[in-house]
Amino acid sequence: MKLTVDGTEHDLDIEPDMPLLWALRDELGLTGVKYGCGIAQCGACTVHIDGQAVRSCQVAAGDVWGPVTTIHGLGTPQALHAVQAAWIAHQVAQCGYCQSGQIMQAAALLATTPNPTDADIDDAMSGNLCRCGTYGRIRAAVKSAAASLAGASE
Amino acid sequence: MSRAARIARRSFLIGSAAIAGGVAFGVVAYRRPHENPLLDALPPGQAALTPYVLVKPDGLTLITPRTDLGQGAYHLQAALIAEELDVTLDQVTVDPGPPDPAYYNTALSADAVPFPATDDGVLAETTRAVMDAPMKFMGIQITGGSTTVPDGWEKLRHAGAVARETLKAAAESQTGTPRASMTTENGAVILPDGTRLPYTDLASVAAGIAPVTDITLRPPGDWRLIGTEMQRLDIRAKSTGTQGYGIDLQLDDMLYAAVRTNPRPGGAMLSHDATRARDLRGVHDIVQITGGIGVLADNSWRAMQAVQAIAIDWGPAPFPPEMDAHWQALSDSFTDDLIDSRNRDDGDVDTALVRSERITAEYRAPYLSHAPLEPVNATVRVTPDRVDVWTATQIPRFVQAHVARITGYDRADVHVHVLMAGGSFGHRLEDLVVRQAAELATTVPGRPVKLTLSREEDMAHDYPRQIAMARGRGAVSDGRVVACDLGIAMPSVLASQIGRLGLPAIGPDLQIVAGAWDQPFAIPDYRVTGYRAPTLAPVSSWRSVGASTNGFFHDSFLDELIHAAGADPLEERLRLCTHAPSRKVLEAVGEMSNWGAPLPAGRGRGVAFCLSFGVPCAEVVEVTATDSGIRLDAVFVAAEVGRVIDPVNFENQVQGGVIWGLGHAIMAETTFADGQVQQRNFDSFPFLRQYQCPDITVRGLETGRRVRGIGEPPVPPAAPALGNAIFDATGTRLREMPFNRHIDFV
Repeated sequence: MKLTVDGTEHDLDIEPDMPLLWALRDELGLTGVKYGCGIAQCGACTVHIDGQAVRSCQVAAGDVWGPVTTIHGLGTPQALHAVQAAWIAHQVAQCGYCQSGQIMQAAALLATTPNPTDADIDDAMSGNLCRCGTYGRIRAAVKSAAASLAGASE
Repeated sequence: MSRAARIARRSFLIGSAAIAGGVAFGVVAYRRPHENPLLDALPPGQAALTPYVLVKPDGLTLITPRTDLGQGAYHLQAALIAEELDVTLDQVTVDPGPPDPAYYNTALSADAVPFPATDDGVLAETTRAVMDAPMKFMGIQITGGSTTVPDGWEKLRHAGAVARETLKAAAESQTGTPRASMTTENGAVILPDGTRLPYTDLASVAAGIAPVTDITLRPPGDWRLIGTEMQRLDIRAKSTGTQGYGIDLQLDDMLYAAVRTNPRPGGAMLSHDATRARDLRGVHDIVQITGGIGVLADNSWRAMQAVQAIAIDWGPAPFPPEMDAHWQALSDSFTDDLIDSRNRDDGDVDTALVRSERITAEYRAPYLSHAPLEPVNATVRVTPDRVDVWTATQIPRFVQAHVARITGYDRADVHVHVLMAGGSFGHRLEDLVVRQAAELATTVPGRPVKLTLSREEDMAHDYPRQIAMARGRGAVSDGRVVACDLGIAMPSVLASQIGRLGLPAIGPDLQIVAGAWDQPFAIPDYRVTGYRAPTLAPVSSWRSVGASTNGFFHDSFLDELIHAAGADPLEERLRLCTHAPSRKVLEAVGEMSNWGAPLPAGRGRGVAFCLSFGVPCAEVVEVTATDSGIRLDAVFVAAEVGRVIDPVNFENQVQGGVIWGLGHAIMAETTFADGQVQQRNFDSFPFLRQYQCPDITVRGLETGRRVRGIGEPPVPPAAPALGNAIFDATGTRLREMPFNRHIDFV
């Protein structure tokens, strides 16, 4: 089976019903994609398929309909995406385990809604669980990232 | 010291503690500093100047032995060392180091004495000092109890200063320049002529020099880091998916494992049929373990699928299978013969309550899972001469001992590598998953086995927060609270948890009354009694432990009495409060929340206070009763911690603690049916979400004499502040968590 992940095409010999999450983590070693619940309740496994934020624990590898972007493809420590830069500036993370998913969800939000209202942020981000309780910093970082992306596109 | 001698001495220390109770040899061992574990197998050219600072020609490593659970422990420990060592945080790497008695926790024992944190009299202080000896003697290396900062506050700065002065001594021996004329800056010794000698260049000379230990800690005016906003060491990795957690470990030739054990915790596996599972793709082997069965496979998902395909017949639970019996056991525990402690008994409550009209109430708090977002996991590899364990644990030395016992290896040959934790909240004080991984790994010598529990398996065996019940009786007179008698019944968390660690739990368990008996209020007739309920389901420490239930009981009942008296909730708490730092946090939240200013119709505010882990913490919650339920509007928090090490981390911890307290109080509980946990994933164990999260304004006070930790203290006041606010807004008094059993929320 062929999967394009973070710009690289992979040929994988796996069962088509293996969740994309486990193909990414255990077969491709992309461990920034996190397992939290396995039933789409926490959002820690969020990746983009064709730019759309999806829970990779709920997408069978055989059903992937487009190129996959993970947290590793969004940006790197040396070349940060604006959302990642905002997450660092606001020091959002505590344990950090949910933050890959939060960041991927926020990046997808800002791609379609460059200037989100609080209600937009509530709608987009409420499927992502943070047991450490970093929600206030997440909200502030989403707004900062929006401002920084708007500045960059002017 | 030879390796054999090191092993012998460690075995002797630990062995004698377990056997002789630490008396005969304890004093000798206590007075002798623990040897420096970094000297073990130190290559030539490197200097381990204290157990906390390793100087190598190619870099500096700071040892941060308290586990990072998300609370920023690595960052805070590194900052304290760096403050005196004169390095910047980007010049160092941090490493949790090996499990070792040298890293014993000094602060953990201070809260185990029967004196409230507000008591700094001679007897209380002497008892705390004496309690330090067994902790050191037994080398209790635990992360917990909000102790990382208080434990490290002097110890780590001292370590940094010793390393700094020793590096200067090395420079003196290398250059002949007197040490007293040197300064240090950004990882280098500066000679009087301005010459910079990087610490790393001094490593091999320093290795041959006895550490300089006659040092004086710098006064606060000279601090560069403490009190400033720093960038957390892990923040870039945690924002880019590059932080490695235990679950992310990948080793050559590794097998991936999944297990299922009796969903009735502690029950047996009666029989099983693994025929179907054995034929599934990727399955390497199927192995029976304590209380269940495990699958070794070539992928985590395949292992989890296969373990689900095994048909298993489970035995009964070794505790009452239904909740009714648990509540009945608590209800039946308010009897004189089950009194565990009565350390607060002021005035004459019985007489007072005969004299006046009594106000009575009963409160309940449920079991609650810790459920950190990273399911617990461990990787173990058994080879002929050693065992390696990789896991995120709060109890590395207990892990070492348990794995040694399971594998039959000498404890000194069990190497525990502590990894970053994706949350814990107390969950990683248990090591069930490590023991299971060790059982599996012994069957495949040479191959690393990574065991990841499924979310469901993890929550079925979470060792939840204790269930608890309280009964209050009180009286008011002339607009004042005059009598309060609070009884609290719960099973002993200490006995349950310490028992699994293989240690004896003797004497009263002060966690049964923590956050209630030790509150700084001068109510004339005032009594708090702890009742030890029988052992029910196995339970463990959950963020703020006893105070997580008792802060709710004590402050909610106080609020009921204050309302009955017709007094102002903040003013009456202040009038009753005898402890100056506690009064200050109450005054602070009053000012921050503009307490007393009129609120619009439908809106209410509540204040609550709890002193836990030595930290007085007050919170004001504001809510609105809307058509679709209670909406959280705002929270104001003030806490007294002596010193705020890093204001950003402090604020983040306090906000997280408030959300932890509110989220569980509103909507979460762990219940048993047929002996099994009913809530095994986040669909049935919900938590606060982004759209429900209020603004949380935080203030840290720094007037206290002692430096304290902030991980847990914001939790206990959150639930009562919310309950008190809902009473203010609606007139409904909530006496049972979760509150959504009784009232709707937005």
